[in-house]
Amino acid sequence: MTAPAIEVRGVAKSYSGVTVLHDVDLDIAPGEVHGLVGENGAGKSTLLKILGGAIRADAGTISFDGEQVSIGSPRDAIAQGVSLISQEGALVPALSVLDNVFLARWSQRGGLIRARSDRRRLAGLIEQTGFTVDPGDRVDRLSIGVQQQVEILRSLARGARVLALDEPTAVLTEHEKANLLGLIRRLAAGGTTVILVSHFLDEVLSVADRVTVLRDGALVRTGPAAEQTPRQLVRDMVGREIDVLYPDPRPVPEGAPVVLSARGLSRGLVRGVDLKVRAGEILGIAGLVGSGRTETLRLLFGADRGAGVVEVDGVALAKHSPRRSMAAGIALVPESRKEQGLVMQRSVTENVVLSSLPQRRVGPFVRKNAERDAVGTVSKSVDIRAADPGAAIETLSGGNQQKALFAKWLLNKPRVLLIDEPTRGVDVAAKTQIHHLITDLAADGMAVVCVSSEIEELLALSHRVLVLRHGRPVGEFPRGTSREVVVAAAFGDQEEGDRS
Amino acid sequence: MSVDTTPQPTAVAPAATMRSARLAYRLRDYGIVAAVVAIVIVLSFSTDTFLTSPNLVNLLDQMSVLGLLATGATVCIVSGVFDLTASASLALSAIIGVEIVRHTNVVVGFAGAVLAGALLGLITGTVVVRSGVNSFVGTLATSLVYRGLAVVVTGGSIIYPLTRQSEDFGMLTWPSVFNLTSATIVFVVVVVIIGIVVAATTFGRRLYAVGGNIEAARLSGIRVGSIHISAFVISGVCSALAGLILASRAGSAQSTMATGMELTAIAAAVVGGTSILGGEGAIWRGIVGAFLLTLIGNGFNLLGWDTIYQQVLQGCLILFAVTMDRWLRRRSR
Repeated sequence: MTAPAIEVRGVAKSYSGVTVLHDVDLDIAPGEVHGLVGENGAGKSTLLKILGGAIRADAGTISFDGEQVSIGSPRDAIAQGVSLISQEGALVPALSVLDNVFLARWSQRGGLIRARSDRRRLAGLIEQTGFTVDPGDRVDRLSIGVQQQVEILRSLARGARVLALDEPTAVLTEHEKANLLGLIRRLAAGGTTVILVSHFLDEVLSVADRVTVLRDGALVRTGPAAEQTPRQLVRDMVGREIDVLYPDPRPVPEGAPVVLSARGLSRGLVRGVDLKVRAGEILGIAGLVGSGRTETLRLLFGADRGAGVVEVDGVALAKHSPRRSMAAGIALVPESRKEQGLVMQRSVTENVVLSSLPQRRVGPFVRKNAERDAVGTVSKSVDIRAADPGAAIETLSGGNQQKALFAKWLLNKPRVLLIDEPTRGVDVAAKTQIHHLITDLAADGMAVVCVSSEIEELLALSHRVLVLRHGRPVGEFPRGTSREVVVAAAFGDQEEGDRS
Repeated sequence: MSVDTTPQPTAVAPAATMRSARLAYRLRDYGIVAAVVAIVIVLSFSTDTFLTSPNLVNLLDQMSVLGLLATGATVCIVSGVFDLTASASLALSAIIGVEIVRHTNVVVGFAGAVLAGALLGLITGTVVVRSGVNSFVGTLATSLVYRGLAVVVTGGSIIYPLTRQSEDFGMLTWPSVFNLTSATIVFVVVVVIIGIVVAATTFGRRLYAVGGNIEAARLSGIRVGSIHISAFVISGVCSALAGLILASRAGSAQSTMATGMELTAIAAAVVGGTSILGGEGAIWRGIVGAFLLTLIGNGFNLLGWDTIYQQVLQGCLILFAVTMDRWLRRRSR
């Protein structure tokens, strides 16, 4: 099957009354690499998922070579030769690479699987792609990068003529990234259409033939990649020149005492992390995905138990656990709101008071009035905009959810605040508010440890930045250190080009 | 590198969709009540006997066992676990109760049965929490153990209180205020207490949080293990009380009591609108579910329908209820 000319006409999608895609028209030529860029929530993943059959559009049509096609399910998409590789991954963890590649498409004769013929086909594909995977390995034992290769192999095995990739490079090492981009170019040269969603504009520009910018669910512009610059793309993405103003943290007062200190934290990939944070200080932890940043925070909070000592005011926390940490005044805003932070189907109020229930009770009973007052006050202070505090927290925007997560911990009046990805999946306005909140809390004397994948954010907010690589501290940099230096430390010897 | 999965709704939804969303929520919240009211109205008009006080007294008495079990099931499901030991605990604690009655008196025996139910819940909960086995599988296994112990204790035969105790032993069938049976009173009092505990205490809050997102609850400093164990203890007490009501009615206890009823209890909870995924639901919902299932039996009797179709109808009703639930959920999200 040769790649079709794709025509998208008037595609729209909304969730509970909120429009996420608005009347999008898009043409993609056969065999081209098409980049889709936009801010979080601009609708690029949604558009990709509609093409890949993962979700259904509310309106609009998709045509291949002038003929309208119906892609209502992943099955339809596969039949049309469209293969979606999403961020979530769609492998069966307990099966081998071979079984995953040919999942539900095994060679068979009389109902029996002919593994040998599959193995031969897979060997051919591996050679074609230049991947190094062992067909017999169980998929859950492979790194995320290799897992992604398995998904690509599967797409090829299914004869995909349109490959839709959602943020494929976010989790890859530099080397894997270069390989993947090379493969994309080779596939396109071989006639496969590739649609690429990515936050990394340089990457998109280097590999794509044409680029489409989405903003707030609408298509802003489509044009040849060669005529674009990252700066131009960013302007289209946000609709204006970006000037994200970060608040400056107030200098740490002379002689501020060390509140949190840790020695020899180790568990799994984290090896011997030492740190000290003073009252009023913001310590940033930088590193690549998989460098042990999140794991370090979890060890500090006692969410996982490992070797090493965590001290608050010089007193070691014995039998470290989240409860023990809370009693000592530590709070953790975890990486994922949905998985670790919030009880999504419960109300805003119930979520906000969850970690401080004992503060507002008579005997076993919740004091509803005190609760309402506390939630009202703290909501105002962090500016949670919820029409009804009794509504399920999942009905709030990402920014308001994140602020609720901060509010929950502020009710505990912590002295040490550990924050993992403070502004992930949060809109620009809320992002700025959260930045101010963090610097304000530090100015009031809180000791803050902050992990972020957004290096600008980290450099702007922190007094010091600790860089981890492969679970080990590899350097500590004072405020004002350039981005290049910190990134170079995170990557080790490899240099990384400026991306923005 | 940020992750962008579902788009974050940033705009305020237009008034019209808000209104329809709220309507969907309300439908979801109280749809089951509407169904019950509809059946009550139909039965009231189509029979002379439904709205008579003997029938209503009888109906409440009938539902007291299932109602108690549904209450225990709801507490467990809300906290994110299943208790498949309910009917086995029911039998075993009733049997233990009768044994104690034989050696002491009825009051001490009944108290002993309740204590036994609590203890069995404690054991189930501890096994599930400490082993880390999925509660469905873990309680399936413990229920076999409990049912087996019931056989061992009774030697497989029916056990009775002593002859002189048999009148007192039937105390839960005695009429009391408003002519309701004592069993009904026990049921109502216990359910109201548990309903308040779940709805208004800090324990209740933790229960919902653990069921809704166990990791978020743990990171909020909640002892998730003790919450689960407490849920099993409450379920055990409910089972024991249900067992006493059954034993008191029959004047005896045996190892095969109420076999399979744990599943009807779970069905009642779910029909009432408690989410099988945990973190959502309410005690009153379990009671409404139990009432509905009991009502169907009562309706069959009163209308003179052939009861061989009763189970088919109950099954269809359960399917209908959970399908509606899923449908409304998908629409409103």
